Amino acid sequence: MTTQVERHSYDVVVVGAGGAGLRAAIEARSQGMRTAVICKSLFGKAHTVMAEGGIAASMGNVNENDNWQVHFRDTMRGGKFLNQWRMAELHAKEAPDRVWELETWGALFDRTKDGKISQRNFGGHEYPRLAHVGDRTGLELIRTLQQKIVSLQQEDKKEFGDYEARLKVFQECTVTRILTRAESGSAADSRVCGVFGYVRESGRFFVIEAPAVVLATGGIGKSFKVPSNSWEYTGDGHALALLAGAQLINMEFVQFHPTGMVWPPSVKGILVTESVRGDGGVLRNSDGKRFMFDYIPEVFKEKYAQDEAEADGWYTAPDTHRRPPELLPRDEVARAINAEVKAGHGSPHGGVFLDVSTRLPAEEIRRRLPSMHHQFKELADVDITAEPMEVGPTCHYVMGGVDVDPDTAAATGVPGLFAAGEVAGGMHGSNRLGGNSLSDLLVFGRRAGLYAATYAAELAGSRPQVAEEQIEGAAAEALRPFSAEYAGNTDTVDGRPENPYSLHQELQQTMNDLVGIIRRAGEMEEALHRLADLRVRSRTAVVEGHRQFNPGWHLAIDLRNMLLVSECVARAALERTESRGGHTRDDYPQMDRLWRKSNLVCELAEYRGVITGQDPAMGQIKLTRRDMLPIRADLLALFEKDELLKYLTDEELSA
Amino acid sequence: MSYRGRFKIWRGDAKGGALQEFVVEVNEGEVVLDIIHRLQATQAPDLAVRWNCKAGKCGSCSAEINGRPRLMCMTRMSVFDESETVTVTPMRTFPVVRDLVTDVSFNYTKAREIPSFVPPPQLGPGEYRMQQEDVGRSQEFRKCIECFLCQNVCHVVRDHEENKTAFAGPRFLMRIAELDMHPLDAAEETGLDRKSTAQDEHGLGYCNITKCCTEVCPEHIKITDNALIPLKERAADRKYDPLVWLGSMIRRRRTD
Repeated sequence: MTTQVERHSYDVVVVGAGGAGLRAAIEARSQGMRTAVICKSLFGKAHTVMAEGGIAASMGNVNENDNWQVHFRDTMRGGKFLNQWRMAELHAKEAPDRVWELETWGALFDRTKDGKISQRNFGGHEYPRLAHVGDRTGLELIRTLQQKIVSLQQEDKKEFGDYEARLKVFQECTVTRILTRAESGSAADSRVCGVFGYVRESGRFFVIEAPAVVLATGGIGKSFKVPSNSWEYTGDGHALALLAGAQLINMEFVQFHPTGMVWPPSVKGILVTESVRGDGGVLRNSDGKRFMFDYIPEVFKEKYAQDEAEADGWYTAPDTHRRPPELLPRDEVARAINAEVKAGHGSPHGGVFLDVSTRLPAEEIRRRLPSMHHQFKELADVDITAEPMEVGPTCHYVMGGVDVDPDTAAATGVPGLFAAGEVAGGMHGSNRLGGNSLSDLLVFGRRAGLYAATYAAELAGSRPQVAEEQIEGAAAEALRPFSAEYAGNTDTVDGRPENPYSLHQELQQTMNDLVGIIRRAGEMEEALHRLADLRVRSRTAVVEGHRQFNPGWHLAIDLRNMLLVSECVARAALERTESRGGHTRDDYPQMDRLWRKSNLVCELAEYRGVITGQDPAMGQIKLTRRDMLPIRADLLALFEKDELLKYLTDEELSA
Repeated sequence: MSYRGRFKIWRGDAKGGALQEFVVEVNEGEVVLDIIHRLQATQAPDLAVRWNCKAGKCGSCSAEINGRPRLMCMTRMSVFDESETVTVTPMRTFPVVRDLVTDVSFNYTKAREIPSFVPPPQLGPGEYRMQQEDVGRSQEFRKCIECFLCQNVCHVVRDHEENKTAFAGPRFLMRIAELDMHPLDAAEETGLDRKSTAQDEHGLGYCNITKCCTEVCPEHIKITDNALIPLKERAADRKYDPLVWLGSMIRRRRTD
C-alpha cells in the first residue's frame, strides 16, 4: 500500500525559518526561484528572537577605526584560529551590507547622535561593533525578515493573484528526512531530490520535491540539561545532513554562555545578555572580588586591563585604556565562573554575581536593558537596578556543524544540499564571539539562498526524481513510536515501553554531567556507553494518543536527532586531546599548536541513511581527522608575527 | 517549598472537549508552563501546547489562565494560593486545534493585508539617518512579540466571528501606526495614505478604546494610547468618528 502523503514541488526548499532560513528564502525567491520555507514553529517564533545583544558589523559608526580587517582579526582570535578563515573573511566583509539592507526593509535600530545605526561593545570585539535594538535585537531581525517575506508575497499577489505563488511558508511542519536519489544506483553520487516530513497539526506526512535544500535549523542545545535554547534546538539539521551523507566538523566545540540565570530552578539557563557587561556590568564572587582579572589567559594578556582603575577608564577613554576582562571571549569567562564556583566562591544558588546596579543609573539600565530588567523582575523577583543578578554558564551555541564550501554554503559530498547559520560549521572555529551569530545568519543565509537558486536553475530539466521506496521508509521510521516495537522485545527493562520524556531527561543529564563545560576522557567514554544504551532503548519509546498535534510523538522523533548529534559531540571531544575555545579538557588543559589546523570530521558509520543501532558497542558515527587549508598569506599578514606564534606552528609560519 | 497543586486543563479538539482535573507537584519559582510540561512528562504525554523560548520572548504559549489571557511562561505559580485550583484554557477568539493549541491563522491573514514599509527611493542602503527620538515611537510597537493576546481579548472579534473579515485587530492596527510613524516610510509618495486605510480597510472605527489590548500586553506596549488613538485622531481629520471625540474628551478630563 502506498503511504498517504501530501505532495508539493518547489525549486528551493529552506528548512528552518530563523534568521538564516528567512534570509536564504528571500534570496532564492529574489533570484526567481519558487521557494518553500518549512518551520517547526509558527512563522516568526524561531530561536533567533531570543538573540539579545546585537549584530556585529564593522560599519565604524561609533569608532571610525573599525573595518573588516579588524573584525576578521577579532573573529579569528575568538575562535582560537581554528575558524574556516575564508568564511570569517566573507563574514567580516559582507556584514555591514547585510545590516544596512535590513534598514531598507524597515528595521529600526537604535541610533547614534548623528542619526546613524548605533553600535555597542561586546566581548572580544575591539571596537563598539554591534548594531542593536535595546536588548531585543533578534526579535527585530526576525520581524524585519518576516515582514520582508510578507512584502514579497504582496508583490506576488499583485502579479499572480496569489500570495503564495512564489514563496510559501509551511508553518509547524517538521522535516524528518532529506530525500536523495542516486542516478547510477551508487550511494556515492546521490543528489538531493526533496524532503519528507510531518504536519504538526494533523500528523499527516508531506513530501516536497526540490533539487536544492537549504538547512537552516539552528543548534543542538536541547541535548543538554541547562541550555539557553528553545525546544526546537534538537539538532535536526545536523542529523538530517548526516543521514543524507554529509559530514559535520568541529562538533566538540560547544559554547557555554557565561551568564545564564541560575535561580529559580525553572528558569535555570535562560540567557542574560552579554550587553550587561558590554554596557558596564561586572562579575564578582561571594567575597565581592572582581575576579576576572585573575583569569586573563596568556594569549590575551596585552589586550586586557590588569586592574579596576584601568578597566573602568576604558568605557570613557577606550584609546588610552585596555578593555575590562569581563569582556574576554565567552569561553574564557565561562571557565572563570566555573572555577570560582568550584573553589567555593559562588553565590547562594551556585553562580556568581553580575552587577550593573552600582555601575549605571537606574533609568539608564531600564533604557539599555529593558528585557533583562523585565525578565529578572518577573521571573526571579530581582530588581537589577538595585541589586546584582546571580548568573552561571548555560549551553548556548554549537560551533560545529555541516561541512560547507565557504563561498557557496554547499554541503560537502551531497549535491543540492546547502547549510547556513548555526547548523553550518567552520565560521566560528572553536568559539563564537557574541554578535557574530546574527551577522553569520544574514551573510551565509543570503549566500546559501543565492547558490541554492543557482544550482536549481542550472539543473533545470534534469532534476532527480523522488523514489517511492524512500518515502515508504521515511514514513515507517516516523510512525515507529506508534507501532510498539517493544511488544515482546526482551531488550527492554521489564518488557515495558520507554517514555520519550524520561529518555530525553536521561540524555540531557548524561551530556550535562559527562560532556559538559569541563571534560575528562573517562567521563566521555562513559557518556558514549550511555548514549549507546539510550539509543537502543529509544527504539522502544512508545507514544500515546494519535497523530494530531502530539508532543510525545514529536519528541520521540526528535530523540533520533539528539542521540546522533550527542554522539558526534562526545566522540569528537574524546578525540581532541587539548583545550581550545568551547572544548576544555581537564586532562589536557593546554592549547596545542599541533591540533590547530585539524578538524575532526563526523559522518555516519554505517551504510548511508540506515540506522540499526541495536548493538550498544557499535557507534553510529565514524570520526576522522582532516587538515585545514593553510590560511591565505594576505590574511595572515593582518596579524603580528608574535601573536601568530601563539597559535601556529613554526613550520606553518615559515611555509 | 513544594506542594500538590490542583489544575483544570481544557482538553479536546474542534469537535468539542472539557476541563480535565489534574493534581501535580508544584515547586518554588515555577511558572504555569513548567506545570504543563510536568503533566506531559508524567500524566498526559499527548497534551498539546505551543511553546518555544520559555522566556517571554517568542509569544507562543498564550492561553487563558483563570480566565485571564496570559503567557504561560511568564505566569508564576506564586501568584496563586496553594489551595486554589488553576484553570488553563485555550485562547477563546481562535478556533481550537487541540487542547491548548489554537488556529491563529487569522493573524497571519491580517498581517498580509497591511501594506509593507515603502523604502525612500532617494536613499541607498547605509544612507538612512534618523534620530533616536524619532525612531523611538515606532520602536515601542516593534517590541511586539506577536503573542496575539491583544487580538484574543479584543471584544470586537471575541465572540464576534462576523467582525473578523472587516477588522485587523489591535496588533495589526498598531502595525499601521508603526509604519505611519516610521521617519523614512515613503508610502505617501506612492499615493498610499496609511491613516485612511486604517479606517477604510482595516476596521479602525470598530475600536472603541476600552484598552483591553493594552492591559493584556506582556510587553507593556501602550497599544491604545500610543498607537490606536493617535491613528484615530489623524484619521479623523478626514472622517468624522464620534469615538475619537469621546476618546479625546476622556483624555482631556484625565489631565485636569
